[in-house]
Amino acid sequence: MELVIFLITAVVAIAGAVAMLLSPNAIHSAIFLLINFVAISVLYVLLYAPFLFVIQLIVYAGAIIVLFLFVVMLLGAERAEDTRERFAWQRPLGVSLAAILLGLLGYLALRNPSAGATVADQHFAAPERIAEALFTTYLLPFEITAFLLLAAIVGVVVLHMAGGREPGTENRELRTRN
Amino acid sequence: MVPTSYYILLSALLFTLGVAGVLIRRNALVLFMSVELMLNSANLALVTFAMARQDIAGQIVVFFVIVVAAAEVAVGLALLVAIFRTKQTTDVDEIHSLKG
Repeated sequence: MELVIFLITAVVAIAGAVAMLLSPNAIHSAIFLLINFVAISVLYVLLYAPFLFVIQLIVYAGAIIVLFLFVVMLLGAERAEDTRERFAWQRPLGVSLAAILLGLLGYLALRNPSAGATVADQHFAAPERIAEALFTTYLLPFEITAFLLLAAIVGVVVLHMAGGREPGTENRELRTRN
Repeated sequence: MVPTSYYILLSALLFTLGVAGVLIRRNALVLFMSVELMLNSANLALVTFAMARQDIAGQIVVFFVIVVAAAEVAVGLALLVAIFRTKQTTDVDEIHSLKG
């Protein structure tokens, strides 16, 4: 039964990823990527990771995809790409290199075929255990990621202020803003 | 039970699709989405090994990877918007000012 659920979810994830790659419309690509993220969150449930299932839906499907859609619509980037290619051999070379990579990774993945892992404790990653580990053993990385997010926010604001202003008006705007 | 190698194979396949997307697509936003797909495939591999070893550390690392990916998306999209302001295009083949 678990195998059936895994196969269906894996097919949905792969179909979403392939559709994202092949879609000429960037908004459709974002929606297909959303489908892929939801499929991966279902796989987290199968892998006994309930906390990550929720975090994946909230952060990836709920924030990152929304941000992508905002920027796509802001830039008007949903137009199809210009069919004119600079180098005609670029796309076939990219596909063949990706196929070689898949062969290598597939060989590594299937080299030691392991049976299904018998999970002794199904709640080894319950939210209480995650909180226990996150706030004791991994407290320092947790605080550092807080600084990282702060740096990202400040960086986004700086990038917005630095670009797109004419040299004459910049100081005037900053002066009147207190 | 699902063998762990199935999960790893799925992770490898999704990673390869992300790599193919980065190499093939020219729209900068779809390129960025392919990078996010690669990050997700790595997260899937980490959670698989966390289950196989009954070790919660894999899932903690995935938590931090998700946070870092969110910060990266915010800054990366801000950069894209700033580039678009001057170039008026999202085609990465047109962004070649640093070319020697």
